[in-house]
Amino acid sequence: MTLVEIRNVSKSYIKGDQTIPVLQNINLSIGRKEFIALMGPSGSGKSTLLNLIAGLDSADSGVISVDGMDISSLSQRDLARWRSLHVGFIFQFYNLIPVLTAFENVELPLLLTGLTKRQRREHALTALQLVKLEDRLDHYPGQLSGGQQQRVAIARAVVSDPTLLVADEPTGDLDRVSAEDVLQLMERLSADLGKTVIMVTHDPRAARKAHRMQFLDKGVLADAPEDTLSECF
Amino acid sequence: MGLILAYSLRNLLTRKMTTVLTAAGMALVVFAFASIIMLAEGLERTLVDTGSDDNVVVLRRGSGSEVQSGVGRDQAAIVETQPEIALGPDGKKLVARELVVLVTMTRRASETSANVVVRGVSENSYLLRPQVQLAEGRIPSPGVNEVVVGQSIAQRFKGAELGNELFIGGRNWRVVGIFDAGNTGFSSEIWGDVDQFMQTFRRPAYSSVIFRLSRTDLYASVRNRMDSDPRLTLEAKRETQYYRDQSRALSTFLRVLGVTLTLVFSFGAIVGAMITMHSAVANRTGEIGTLRALGFQRRTILLAFLVESLALGFIGGAVGLAGASFLQFFTVSTTNFQTFSELAFSFTLTFDIVYKAMSFSLIMGFLGGLLPALRAARMNIVEALREV
Ligand SMILES: Nc1ncnc2c1ncn2[C@@H]1O[C@H](COP(=O)(O)OP(=O)(O)OP(=O)(O)O)[C@@H](O)[C@H]1O
Ligand SMILES: [Mg+2]
Repeated sequence: MTLVEIRNVSKSYIKGDQTIPVLQNINLSIGRKEFIALMGPSGSGKSTLLNLIAGLDSADSGVISVDGMDISSLSQRDLARWRSLHVGFIFQFYNLIPVLTAFENVELPLLLTGLTKRQRREHALTALQLVKLEDRLDHYPGQLSGGQQQRVAIARAVVSDPTLLVADEPTGDLDRVSAEDVLQLMERLSADLGKTVIMVTHDPRAARKAHRMQFLDKGVLADAPEDTLSECF
Repeated sequence: MGLILAYSLRNLLTRKMTTVLTAAGMALVVFAFASIIMLAEGLERTLVDTGSDDNVVVLRRGSGSEVQSGVGRDQAAIVETQPEIALGPDGKKLVARELVVLVTMTRRASETSANVVVRGVSENSYLLRPQVQLAEGRIPSPGVNEVVVGQSIAQRFKGAELGNELFIGGRNWRVVGIFDAGNTGFSSEIWGDVDQFMQTFRRPAYSSVIFRLSRTDLYASVRNRMDSDPRLTLEAKRETQYYRDQSRALSTFLRVLGVTLTLVFSFGAIVGAMITMHSAVANRTGEIGTLRALGFQRRTILLAFLVESLALGFIGGAVGLAGASFLQFFTVSTTNFQTFSELAFSFTLTFDIVYKAMSFSLIMGFLGGLLPALRAARMNIVEALREV
């Protein structure tokens, strides 16, 4: 069963009088509950592709459908609503709101749902328990380590129970031990909670946690280069 | 959306310095605005309270104030025959011929000189102005060079203390009493016998004739009769109206000045708020991108930043008004531009002023925040996220 269907997607940026192709005729299917790692050299278009799938950006041509919904046809308002319901985001630099506590950061996406304050509290607590930070509810991001902040961010990503999780280099800013924590969590999200996870990463150790690896080179999908494969397996 | 409100307010607290400075700029403008309007309000109140509704002031037609007016003895006599005039406790008509002249006196504090109203009065004048109450001493005896002074004169002018002598019109006048006229223009006047003053200043005519109506609704009929009497070149006004007209020019001037001045200043405060909010948006670009990614709509972002700058306006307004409210403890004196005499009054804060000053401040916050907030709401999500 496919969840994400990408058909003939292209995207380019215009800089001055020249067009820079970033993604060229991409075709990719991602199955439900799949954990996929998107790899490739810097500038190959990984983030761009991830942003398209997550509905943050729009393609120049082609179709992206998620769970049967053609998201390229949605207005930006509907797209925002769609993201709040279906996509959880994990960023390289955590992107927590500094003036909100860990608990409030996790509660934030729930403001976009119809939940009551009490329900929001329950859901946020559950999410924070999942990442083992139930004792840090009132800490502000500045009072947490990088690894802890990323775990709060993961709690925020899953609190509204989205189908799809997108992570752009989630371990890129973490030390080895914290990175391992975060990766284990992401594995659990896929295995235990049945989330579909798309993770962009440079780190072969991270990619090894995924069910599948997809390589991108200069804007086109490619086979895994030899050295990456040997490093991974 | 309590969390969004908390988000906006906590961001203000996080950057205390810029918040304080920006709000202080707005507070100054609100302070200036409120104080000038309070001044106008205080002036109006003082002059309006000076008059009473049942009293009629008769002046020469076309003269704006008692100082410019002249009422001849024959005309004054005709006014006194009007049947609408109330009777006093002695059974005689409650009417007074008065003379108003301006004299120069020296202020005690600054040694500078100012014009002061000297009012020649008759016994009835005191009955006509119940708000004028003797506080110390006695009322001057007729035919003697004696005066009674308002408490504001006694406090502020040299030689106006009880028992001293004032040099007015080339003669010495003993201060035999001080009267309390509350918050009215009479507090800034010197009263003495009208006939003594007529001689002293060699005036052939009175300034005005004041009388009490036996019924307040008789004003129209007495006015009509005097207007149509060919012997009279006079004009009758209710005393309240007379003082309201006197205050109008100055208070309008103050209000126009207040509004113009603060509009100019507010420009600076708005630009200040704009710069502050602009840098707030620039510093939080990544945050904005994150919120948008999570699914918050543009209008929520717009609102969050508008709330922030409105809160700045609110703080500024509250601080400015708090400062201005202290002015109520001060009495100021200004020149009554109608008579060019010195008039003492207080800053008066009313609910209307609070309301206007707060609205003004919130509008400054709104205008300062609008463009930055719009910019924040219109950001491209992907580009904003790159700024983390
Ligand atoms: N707004 C933009 N304007 C112009 N060019 C852009 C813009 N955004 C991205 N690009 C270009 O598109 C290409 C792909 O960018 P993208 O961020 O997707 O790469 P990436 O694979 O995520 O790289 P990295 O591993 O360094 O994060 C790059 O060459 C980049 O310079
Ligand atoms: Mg990238």
